[in-house]
Amino acid sequence: MQEVTTEKKEFTPNIVAFCCNWCSYAGADLAGSSRLNYPANVKIIRVPCSCRVNPMFILKAFQQGADGVILCGCHPGDCHYVTGNYYTRRRMALLYSFLNYMGIEKERTRLEWVSAAEGARFSAVMNDFVKQVTELGENKRLTDLRVKEGE
Amino acid sequence: MQRIGVFICWCGSNIAATVDVEKVAEVIKSEPGVVYSANYQYMCSENGQQLIKQAIKEHNLTGIVVGACSPRMHEATFRKAAEAAGLNPYMVEIANIREHCSWIHKDMDEATEKAIILVRTAIAKVKLNAPLMAGESPVVKRALVIGGGIAGIQAALDIADAGFEVDIVEKNATIGGRMAQIDKTFPTLDCSACILTPKMVDCAQNEKIDILSYSEVEDVKGFVGNFNVTIRRKARYVDETKCTGCKLCMEKCPSKKGLNTFNMNLNTRPAIHIPFAQAIPNVAVIDAEQCIKFKTGKCGICQKVCGAGAIDYEQKDTFIERQYGAIVVATGFKPIDLNNFNEYGYSENKDVITSLELERLMNAAGPTSGVLLRPSDGEHPKVVTFIQCVGSRDTSGCGKPYCSKICCMYTAKHAMLIREKYPDTEVHVFYIDVRTPGKNYDEFYRRAVEQYGVDYIKGMVGKVYNENGKLMVQGSNLIDNEQITIESDLVVLAAAIEPEPSVRKVATLLTASIDTNNFLTESHAKLRPVESPTAGVYLAGVCQGPKDIPETVSQASAAAAKVIGLLVKDKLKTNPCVATPNESMCNGCSQCANVCAYGAITYVDKEFPLPGRKIEVRRVASVNPAVCQGCGACTVTCPSGAMDLKGFSSKQLMSEVEAICKK
Amino acid sequence: MKDVALKMVERAKELLANGEVARVIGWKKGEFYFDPQPASFETVEELDSFVYNGFCGANLSKYLIKMSKKEGKTAIFLKPCDSYSFNQLVKEYRIKRENIYVIAIECQGKLDIQKIKAKGIDAVTEVEEDGENIKVSSLYGEYTVAKDEVLLGKCSVCNKTHQVKDEEIGDSERPVRDGDRFAEVAALEAMTEDERFAFWREQLSKCIRCNACRNVCPACSCLKCVFDNPASGIAAKANDDQFEEQLFHIIRAFHVAGRCTDCGECSRVCPQNIPLHLLNRKFIKDIDGFYGEYQAGEESEGKTPLTSYTEGDTEPNDVFNGEAK
Repeated sequence: MQEVTTEKKEFTPNIVAFCCNWCSYAGADLAGSSRLNYPANVKIIRVPCSCRVNPMFILKAFQQGADGVILCGCHPGDCHYVTGNYYTRRRMALLYSFLNYMGIEKERTRLEWVSAAEGARFSAVMNDFVKQVTELGENKRLTDLRVKEGE
Repeated sequence: MQRIGVFICWCGSNIAATVDVEKVAEVIKSEPGVVYSANYQYMCSENGQQLIKQAIKEHNLTGIVVGACSPRMHEATFRKAAEAAGLNPYMVEIANIREHCSWIHKDMDEATEKAIILVRTAIAKVKLNAPLMAGESPVVKRALVIGGGIAGIQAALDIADAGFEVDIVEKNATIGGRMAQIDKTFPTLDCSACILTPKMVDCAQNEKIDILSYSEVEDVKGFVGNFNVTIRRKARYVDETKCTGCKLCMEKCPSKKGLNTFNMNLNTRPAIHIPFAQAIPNVAVIDAEQCIKFKTGKCGICQKVCGAGAIDYEQKDTFIERQYGAIVVATGFKPIDLNNFNEYGYSENKDVITSLELERLMNAAGPTSGVLLRPSDGEHPKVVTFIQCVGSRDTSGCGKPYCSKICCMYTAKHAMLIREKYPDTEVHVFYIDVRTPGKNYDEFYRRAVEQYGVDYIKGMVGKVYNENGKLMVQGSNLIDNEQITIESDLVVLAAAIEPEPSVRKVATLLTASIDTNNFLTESHAKLRPVESPTAGVYLAGVCQGPKDIPETVSQASAAAAKVIGLLVKDKLKTNPCVATPNESMCNGCSQCANVCAYGAITYVDKEFPLPGRKIEVRRVASVNPAVCQGCGACTVTCPSGAMDLKGFSSKQLMSEVEAICKK
Repeated sequence: MKDVALKMVERAKELLANGEVARVIGWKKGEFYFDPQPASFETVEELDSFVYNGFCGANLSKYLIKMSKKEGKTAIFLKPCDSYSFNQLVKEYRIKRENIYVIAIECQGKLDIQKIKAKGIDAVTEVEEDGENIKVSSLYGEYTVAKDEVLLGKCSVCNKTHQVKDEEIGDSERPVRDGDRFAEVAALEAMTEDERFAFWREQLSKCIRCNACRNVCPACSCLKCVFDNPASGIAAKANDDQFEEQLFHIIRAFHVAGRCTDCGECSRVCPQNIPLHLLNRKFIKDIDGFYGEYQAGEESEGKTPLTSYTEGDTEPNDVFNGEAK
């Protein structure tokens, strides 16, 4: 029993964060320059706009062993590219709901609007997301949606 | 064979205190494709850049990764350094190991491990980078200003002053806009016409400015530097080149019962008319709906009396097409419709008027020759009550949620002017808050209260009703906490202002975005307030948000400065990170164009060779690199993956994902 | 039904004979009575093998992409459900309306041979409609079967009507089948994540990657499939095919989201009997729920739910179990 608890504590999830260049990436920069801590297992990929994130990138991340994927963009109405994040919102609403339908825990996907001014929020969101995914444990489902050969 | 160089920056102790930079540089050396790896105290310094340049040359690097601060900080610096050393600037990737790593994490092992992953991720990306060249597109050295109010006039004058040709397209028969209707201007109380009309004349006399009055923008094609605009010149039935503005036709016209829109419909005007005395151009226009000749075929008096032979009943709308490098939108505003505000009795009582109507009633050229008389009976009002925020700051859905910004000041102005001219008149003002930010604004308002004795009542009005010929204004006085009723002779409503409705069409034509209140959206609320998100389109005046004359003029000049900055260039450099379709895979399905906010995607029928020397014609997407802003919305919408984004290609992003997830 | 089939052949012959069209797309006899095949007929003689019976479930619209590019006009027989795919293809500029002559045909619901076989009826030689029942003749005798029990899955919840036609053959009236097409999706939504995962894992593990679903799907009609495009970063490579292997069906479903007309062909052709339509229907159900009812193929122009938006759209964090907050 003791062992199990320790094992769970040691698990550090691998988190991929897609951040749009104009708001969320800048928000992450601000979190940095304000020295607002969040766990090192969050790694950020810079995209011009949240609407550049193809659902395939998210699927790829899960299939390659990410435990959680978070997508951050400008707040609706504030998109640098005017309407990009509105499309993101629809795509991700459908994708997240669909992944959950396939049995992927809903806590592993998230979308947050983080402005360039919200360094504190960026850090808080990441802390919260890491905590949430850590509680779930390792993600294997999308690497094993179809039973691999030989099993 | 790829030859990647990696440069790890210490940023003094900013990075080096938490990330073992030497270890990172050492570990990275063994990454496939990496032929050079170094660390240095300040990579962005002259010496640091020198180190990069030298390494590029000495090791024939095909791409570099700089592990340093945020790319938002020094990406441009390192790209320039690479270019100076002969490497394409887009073969540079930044691994953000400061803001996203050393500054966030405390544990050195953890931070070092993360830094290695971030650098590896950048290496994975840079290996798939392709050299990119910024494109060039020519600039047509002519500007279009849509709207001939004070914003459009100021912008046009400034642009012309810099030596560029500029056209003003104005939908009304004269330029001048709302400011021409205003009597006096706050906070100095100078006469509006006295400061506006000289500028109108300047426009008319400036050989660089072409005023296209009674005209509307019909179609816009093209992009920054190269707009192709079709303008409808509406038939005014008067030859602009012949009319001398003598006004004889106005005198003789038998149909004199048309509502005078310039005077806010407070009096009438002839079917053929010049909107006001100082109109530019000083040319008559026929209101065909009112004109007897158009209605019955008989009359034709104006044609008979016109010595210049300017009247032409056969005139038709004509279309002209012109090229512009930049466009300024200055379409202005109108007061809101008061249909939703029955409680103030605007439609039932002639003596409940809007502030803009009061402007005309107080103007020497207005329907009462500047004497304040009640519209109902022509008597002097003895008690005037102003109601502020009619439809402004209204979240009930009847009005507008925003503050119209100008009403507090013009109400103070009106109150002051009435007290000045007619000291025996009582003036009350119902207000929610008095907002007076602006140079000399609060002083102005205080003068109204302290010097002129205007009675300001904090509270809202519940209703206005007519009782025995008096207007009863029932409201609350929040300071004394009581309900009061003021018996008034004239009630003036500070109606909210909203963007001129035609702005919607203009915005659609320009693919300029518009907010829920129909105000045009600026590119950045703080830092790019006069640029529209559509490149080459600039904003001036109330079309972007409520503002007063000084602010409008400032913004117009700012927009003009931006236009001039654009027009002085012979060619524009375009962002090379744009969408690009693979024609061999494009279905031509139009999904990408549906999500493009800039109208950068069009379709062409193109011939493709098939086996057996056959030719197939297919519809394929074509991206205009001068218009594309590189957001990537289209790439995700494309079902076949034919659309990709240079600099952020699907393969690059997938490889970044892989590099991060690799265990 | 026989009546309708005869009229269809007559009309096809007429159109070919008088040169109004250069070809007619319909169904021809297969090896057995129950496996008619989609076919293009270019001469009156070829029409001798034309059939239209209870097993003509195949959606012919997709064939137009190739066939309507050929010289001359193409006539096609469309069942109500096929007409949605037709419109969707027009909307995506894959076919040109003016090159095609659409003959809307009567459909009373098509039959699933597997379900008939499951009733112990083999070697079917003919089927006759008889109101709520069908009369099945086989080498071994005659049977009467309740039609509802042997309909194709897509037909038992069908309420589609002709969306496009140049002329019509047969009766467009037919019994309304008020089955809830989202019932199966809702049942899955009601399960736990673990149960759902177990369900899909079992189903998708049956997949042999034969690509029948992709090849039959009218929405999956890309010139070159993204799975075959190396620049997409997802095409299968010999040494790393796990991604495609694992996620093929998710990616395929997302690609047709907002464009899928729910024609049900994917499930009909799947040799492993995977209920693939439940993937697409989840998207359709969510789109209806989040953004208002939308039926792809009702219109032949305009935007799809994924290429439009409203400012107040539901947030992705709030959309689970078929509900949006």
